[in-house]
Parts: sequence; structure tokens; C-alpha cells
Amino acid sequence: MNIEKVIFSFFIVLALTLNFGFFLGESDNPNHHNVYEFFAVLVVNLIATVLKFGERTQTGAVLLATSLVADLELIAAAFVWTYAANISGTGVTPEVMGTIISLAGGALVANIVSVVLLVLEISAQRR
Amino acid sequence: MKNTALFLILRRMRAPLLMLIAAYAVSILGLVIIPGVDADGLPQQLGFFHAFYIITYTATTTGFGELPGPFSDAQRLWITISLYISVIAWLYAIGALITMLRDSALRQLISQNRFAGQVRRLNDPFHIICGYGDTGSVVVKSMIDNKLAVVVIERDQERLNELMLENLPVHVPALCGDASLPGNLIMAGLKQPYCCGILALCRDDQVNLKIAITGRLLNPGIKVVSRAQTHDTEDNLASFGTDAIINPFDTFADRLALALHSPDMHMIYEWLKAIPGTPLPERLNPPHGTWVLCGYGRFGKAVQHSLELEHLSTVIIENDPEKTQAPKNVIVGRGTEAVTLKAARIEKAVGIVAGTDDDANNLSIIVTARELNPKLFLVARQNDRDNDALFEAARLDLVMQRSRVLSRQILALIAVPLLSDFLALARKQNKEWAQGLIDYLRPVLGGVAPDLWTVTVTKEESPAVEEWRESGKKFSLLHLLQDPYDREQRLQCIPLLLQRGKDRQLLPSEDLEIQVGDGILFCGRDGVAARQFRTLHNRQIIHYLVTGETLPEGIVWRRFVARKN
Repeated sequence: MNIEKVIFSFFIVLALTLNFGFFLGESDNPNHHNVYEFFAVLVVNLIATVLKFGERTQTGAVLLATSLVADLELIAAAFVWTYAANISGTGVTPEVMGTIISLAGGALVANIVSVVLLVLEISAQRR
Repeated sequence: MKNTALFLILRRMRAPLLMLIAAYAVSILGLVIIPGVDADGLPQQLGFFHAFYIITYTATTTGFGELPGPFSDAQRLWITISLYISVIAWLYAIGALITMLRDSALRQLISQNRFAGQVRRLNDPFHIICGYGDTGSVVVKSMIDNKLAVVVIERDQERLNELMLENLPVHVPALCGDASLPGNLIMAGLKQPYCCGILALCRDDQVNLKIAITGRLLNPGIKVVSRAQTHDTEDNLASFGTDAIINPFDTFADRLALALHSPDMHMIYEWLKAIPGTPLPERLNPPHGTWVLCGYGRFGKAVQHSLELEHLSTVIIENDPEKTQAPKNVIVGRGTEAVTLKAARIEKAVGIVAGTDDDANNLSIIVTARELNPKLFLVARQNDRDNDALFEAARLDLVMQRSRVLSRQILALIAVPLLSDFLALARKQNKEWAQGLIDYLRPVLGGVAPDLWTVTVTKEESPAVEEWRESGKKFSLLHLLQDPYDREQRLQCIPLLLQRGKDRQLLPSEDLEIQVGDGILFCGRDGVAARQFRTLHNRQIIHYLVTGETLPEGIVWRRFVARKN
């Protein structure tokens, strides 16, 4: 057992599940989407990305790429949320929530790809 | 792998970055959860945005004060804790980054990557020079003066620092590493199409052997030149087809023999191999008679062999006759004392060669010998380039400096390959021929060591000549010797050798008709090559040189002249 692999798998699956949990619910209803959960998704995603730094295998490189995609979309969503809640003065309206959820949905797909790649890699090295 | 350095950086930055993310996440989350108060004293919680803002300025210890509004005491407590956590995380991260950048392994990786990149981007023919010692540095400098690109591999970083301080007009990619490792040679561009030669100039014969054979095997098309200290190595190098093997002792001894045999021929050698622009070397007249050789090492043996070829008798002084396998009648001693020199009958000798491997001893021998016999012809071996001033002050007739001998030989081989052919052919001529050539060269060169260059008649290098010949007209060597601005004037240059296929023709005559593929070696004054270049590239000039009439240039003028006729 490789402890590094365990930690990475843990974070990448956690990122996916949290992301999915946040995504779940009516896409334009702010009550269905918790800001704390979003924060957790963002932090866990960042950690998963850093864990893939310096990986020299092909799969490692692709995993780093998918993680970076998820980060990018989540950071964009965080900006939208911050702008709506604090700067525009309108608050988090259903339209804004819709935008945030579609971005989070994009990140969700990237996270799914990550997990699929992870499963494929593990099943490839049958021992 | 190309991005090894990047991977290493990323990998080592993992822990610090994770720590930073964790510190920020905990601090922000805590700040959001802990209740605060608004301006009216009512309970109010901070949003993520404000929490992030506060932690950002707190972590970097900017300390803006209590923004966006006064904090509650609970928040103050948490911010204090956060400040310590996050500052430590930052210090750790920055410390890790700096440690890594100062790490010698990583720095070497980065410099290797940079070197490999520079070599990949070279798009001119270049030579790889292995070893930047005394010889290497002279060779690099002269090759760059001759507009030849070079790449340097040297094991000693201090020598490379000297290369950086050399202030050369072009950048020389340099790698600090062992040149006998094939990986380093490949990184230096051994397998690249533009690589046209490899020069093994290291001190160690074994290393040079390894370099030469690596070059031969990995890129059979290139020129391999190696220096060798012993005859064993020479034979070994020759066995796998090294293009040129240079033994500084043999080369020097050979030159001395040439000077004894025919001073004029020796002078031709010296003139053509001197650094262009320097004053012409003077005639050397080593006397015939008995010579005293101090030191019977590799150098002493080579000189003795040469003197014997010229039927001159020698007296050998050697400190350690057993080790050097000296002949029976050797005089034991260092030669630095008058007693030993007197035993060698120095007062009857005509010349002395101080050839030990110690510069101080060599100088001492020379000074003592001169006192005993002021008429001696003085030859000394200089081992260290730093002693230039001493050897100059000793006013010797001839100094053998290994790096100088090597570098001049190598330059002749690399920069002007036809010169070796010329000298080999010239050596077969008699003394009168040499005398004649000297008289012919002297007024043209005007007391300054000449430039040497090769003109090749091909479509690329001399398009105008090619075009002219295609139109069925003749072009003779004479036209390359005429001044393109005034055909009555001669350029200050002399064609030394004509190469046509496998034929080599010494001093080709002026009315010789030039053919495609010919290579002509010229020697002449500075700037003449540039004038010849104009002739080779301009059809109008060729027309003028051959017929004596100036062609109208430009479309309008040409039509005008055509109508007039």
C-alpha cells in the first residue's frame, strides 16, 4: 500500500463528493446551495491539485490538468458569488445562483474525469 | 528528461503549499463562524469574502487595523491565532522555496537545461570543445575570431567562470561536466546536424580517448581531433580513425627539425600559422653541432629523435635515468648546476634544450648555461602559461609552450583545412622553392602575418562565377586576383593551393581556368577577402574584370544604352 496514493485518492474523491453535494438541488434556488459547502469544495480541490504537483507519469500529468480545470471554474464561481453578495448590492439572486451552479457543474465534470482516470490507473496495475 | 527541474520544484513545493492552503482554510472558516458585532452592537457574522480579505492582510502582517469594521473580542482572539499560524506557513513556504533555489543539484539541473536549450537553438555549423584548459581557451578565442561557433564542456567550474569573464563577442554555451560521459556530449549537440567536429583537449589521455571514440561512434560524419601525450594513445586514437591527432611534443620537435633542415621552409610554416595581424615571425637559424638536452621525458625524447634525423649529436642530462629509460651514456643530474653542465661539455655545444617539467628548473638551466657559454642557442619548455613574463624576460631563441603549439595546430586544421594540405606538399619541395616562395610572399604581406581563407566555387558561395560560367564564358584565376574597383591593380593576396577533386596543385598559375567545385586557398592582407567576396557575388564586377567595360546597372539605364546602340 502506498500512503501517498491513499491520501491523494481520499482528497480527489472528497472533492468529487463535496462538489456533487453542492451541485445537488434546484440550480436557481440559493437556499439549496450552502456557502460553507462551496468553501469546502474549493479548499479540497486546491489540496488535490497541489498533491499532484511534480508527478512525472502521464496519468499524473492528466490528473493535474483536470484538477487545475476544476480549480479554475470554482474560483470563477467564487468571484461571481463575492461580486453578487458584496459588491453589486443585489445579493445572491436566482440568476446569479444559476451561474454559480453551472460553473460548479463544470468543475464536477472535471472531478468525475479525475476519479475515472484514478480508477483506470488502479485497475491497470493489477497485482 | 527536459522538465526535470520543473518537476523537482513542484514536487518539493507540495508540502509548503498544502500547509499554506490549510492555514488559510482554517483561519477563514474560523473567522466566518465566530460571531462578530456590527456598528450598532448587534450580532453579525462575517462573510467569506471579508474573512478572506482580513486573513490576507493579516497573514502578510500588513496590519491595516480593524477593517471593514471593529471586531468582537472573540474575532480578535481568532485573528491573533490565525496570524501566527499563517505567518509560520508563509515563512515555511518561502524558506522552502529559497532553500530549493540554492540547492546545488537543482541549480546544476537548471544550468544543464539552459545549456541544452542553447545548443538546440544553434543553427550554424559548430564544434564541440572538450576541456577549457590553457589550450582550450586559446582555441575557443581564435575560433570565435574566425567566426566559428563553439560549444564548451569543462569539468572545472572555475575554468568556466574564466570563460564567462573572457568577454567574447558571442555567447559560448558551456557545460560544467565530464566530457567523457556520452550523455554530456549528446547534450552538447554531438548528434545534431550542425555539429561538424569534436575536439578532445583534456589533460588526461584516457579522457581524450573516450571522447574521440564516442564522437566516432555516435556521429561518424564529423571531424574528430584529439590531443595525445604518449605514442600509445596516438596509436590507439589512430586505430579507430581519428581525423587528426596532435602530440604537442612531437609537433614542436618536428618544427625544430624543420628549422634545422631548411630555415626558409620553417619560416613559411611560421608565417602561415601565425595569428593574423601580428608581426611576421623572424627567421630562425638553429646551429648545427652538438646539442645538450636537459630532461629525457616525452619532450626530450621527441627532440632527440628530431635532432638525430638531422644527424646531430646530442648529450643528455637526466635526473632519473632509470625511470625515463635513458641511454647508458647519460649524465646524471638536473642540469641546473654548473657542474653537470660542464660534465656535458656545454662550452663545446651549440645549443641547449631545457625540457624538464618544471619551469623554475628550466629557467635555471638556461641562465646557468648562458653564463658558461654565451653563444648557445637556447630552447626551453614552458609548462605553465602563467610564466609567460618570465620566459619572455629570459630572451630565449625558442620556447615550447604546449598550449600554443596545440592551439595553432588545431586552428590550422579546423579553420583552414586546406592549409595542412599545402604545408604537407610544400615540405616535399626543395630549399630553393622555399626561398622563392619567401621572396614572393614578403612584399605582398608587408611585414604582417597574413589572413588565410578558402574560396570554394559553388552555386552558394560564389553565385556570380557560376552564372558567368554557365553563359559559356571563361573565368580564370587571374580575375580573383584583380581589384574589383580597378582591374589594373592587384589585390594583395597569393593563391597558395588549388584543390580540384583529389588533386592538389601548389601555387596555381594565374591563367588557370576555374571550374565548379574548385577550392582555392589564399593568403593575403587583412580586408582582401572582403573585396574578393564582392567579385564572387556580383556579375557586373566579373564582366568588368574580364572585359574591362562597365555594364550599365538598373533597368532604365540598361534600356537606354540598348536603344543607343
